[in-house]
Amino acid sequence: MSPLDALRTALGSLRGNPMRTALTMLGIVIGVAAVIAMVAVGTGAREQVLRQIASLGGNLILVGQGSVVRGGVRLGAGSAATLVEEDAAAIAREVPGAVIATPLVRWWLQVVAGNQNWGTTLFGITPEFLEARDWTIAEGRAITKEDVAQANKVVLLGRTVVRNLFGGGDPVGQTVRVFSTPLTVIGVLAEKGQNASGNDQDDVVYVPLYTAKRNIPGMAKTNSRFVHQITVKMEDGADMVEAQEQIRGLLRQRHRLAAGQENDFWMRDLSEVGATRDASARALSTLLAAVAAVSLLVGGIGIMNIMLVSVTERTREIGLRLAVGARRRDILAQFLIESTALSLLGAAVGVALGIGSAAAVSHVAGWPTLVRWETVALAVGVSGLVGVFFGLYPARRASLLNPIEALRHE
Amino acid sequence: MDSDPLIAVERLTRVYAMGPHRVRALDGVSAEIGRGEFVAVMGPSGSGKSTFMNLLGCLDRPDGGRYRLDGEEVGDLDADALAAVRSRRIGFVFQSFNLLPRLTARANVELPMVYNRAVLRAERASRAEAALIAVGLEERAHHRPSQLSGGQQQRVAIARALVNRPPLLLADEPTGALDSRTTLEIMALFQRLNRTGITVVLVTHEPEVAAFAGRVLLFRDGHLNEDRRQVPQEASP
Repeated sequence: MSPLDALRTALGSLRGNPMRTALTMLGIVIGVAAVIAMVAVGTGAREQVLRQIASLGGNLILVGQGSVVRGGVRLGAGSAATLVEEDAAAIAREVPGAVIATPLVRWWLQVVAGNQNWGTTLFGITPEFLEARDWTIAEGRAITKEDVAQANKVVLLGRTVVRNLFGGGDPVGQTVRVFSTPLTVIGVLAEKGQNASGNDQDDVVYVPLYTAKRNIPGMAKTNSRFVHQITVKMEDGADMVEAQEQIRGLLRQRHRLAAGQENDFWMRDLSEVGATRDASARALSTLLAAVAAVSLLVGGIGIMNIMLVSVTERTREIGLRLAVGARRRDILAQFLIESTALSLLGAAVGVALGIGSAAAVSHVAGWPTLVRWETVALAVGVSGLVGVFFGLYPARRASLLNPIEALRHE
Repeated sequence: MDSDPLIAVERLTRVYAMGPHRVRALDGVSAEIGRGEFVAVMGPSGSGKSTFMNLLGCLDRPDGGRYRLDGEEVGDLDADALAAVRSRRIGFVFQSFNLLPRLTARANVELPMVYNRAVLRAERASRAEAALIAVGLEERAHHRPSQLSGGQQQRVAIARALVNRPPLLLADEPTGALDSRTTLEIMALFQRLNRTGITVVLVTHEPEVAAFAGRVLLFRDGHLNEDRRQVPQEASP
């Protein structure tokens, strides 16, 4: 029997009983549709996380002041006060691929405007910081080099701060007070929304680095060169792990840390934050895929069940085919092709349904979904294997029938 | 070659194990059937005639003895080789027709050619039509079995048996499910086919049917009890 004849025979018998064919396929249809829709939801979630990470600044490394141990008491982060402006300059100079390395200081405080006040985070920064974080100015102007050098009493407000201090009004040119220092609002930052950990990135005020250092009580007391954090932007495509290794080595050397001594700074690659979220999204995908795989398995068992019924029902047909010259392997092929065609047909319907469901989820729930062709290929491939695997036993049973008994079967 | 008998069996034996007992369903049967003969096989149930037919049809293998069909020793071929022998040398006709209900008459007739490598795909349609013409059913080619009478269904089954052009036609109670007028038609068809040179071996328990054959083999208790030649009755409906 040629493969074409076998296929034609299999499709003919599937067409001969359309209701049963449809019901048998249903398990596979649901399984494949579930795999595709669920993986699409999982993949979409991951893509969203990756986009959020990119919005944070994909190739940023943050270096912060670490803790020190004094007399057995471990003081909190920032207690060491060893990270200085010169460290930032050294990183920019000596770490290959570092485009920007800019220092900042930060303080949580009250900002007052007229009779309104608002608790927020104040950052003392340089113009490069805005560049590294891809911040754009919505109104007014940015902080300049001169502002930093001359410690001008100017301030940039985040959108959340504007809303809380000025309501809907235009703040540019107005004055806000931080402790007793009046600062002129020179601009408003473009809205950035929440970051990957859910913090409001617009709840900030930015002042020039030295304005912060000289006017915030307590800031200048320790070490005038002291900074809380250095933001390092690497060039596109830089090896972030390698870069962190370089920075670590450089700072340990500059801080004269002996081998075995703990770092007095911390370092964070923003992609690490993302990696955690990415890993959880990936775990979700895997879980959904596992659930879907189980339904594929159930679909396969359904196929086996119906194929066994079909073999029993068609015992006489099998006997006749054997009598007119079919070999055992022809019968085996016929039933195997039938079960495989059944599952592949189900897979085709399932693919359509899965893509449709993913689109519907996007539309109705507003979740991002992404159907990958690899997922489709995998789901169809697995269905084919399910068809072969669960068709094998019934097909083998059919092929081992004794033609004499099969012909006599009622 | 033509002097060589189509079928030659020698001390053919078939033993079934029925629980602790061993039943010799066929016990050392020897016979020859020449080319172009029309043979009726008769005997009460349990006489071994069905076992004999299954062995002649290469559906079963003997436990002892030899079987030469069309010049080839087929007694100890494996399953695939037996399938090939059935495909090329034997046409089967059954009491219950055994047509596939989903298929049209022509598709049913084409079925044996699907398993015969010697027939090209392009030849199938014309050979199926020729076989349907030979049984006088060419206008019913596109009907399904359920749309045909019993006699017509058996004609389709005979066309199916002929389509691979085998030298031997084996019929197992072919008229058992038919009324007497249709029986006559079918027997006339067998006689007509037999005159074209096809050897016909037919199992029946009806003496009226056996009367149309030129030779009767009578089985009893696993033995060939009687081998009688006769002048066949003419089955003209």
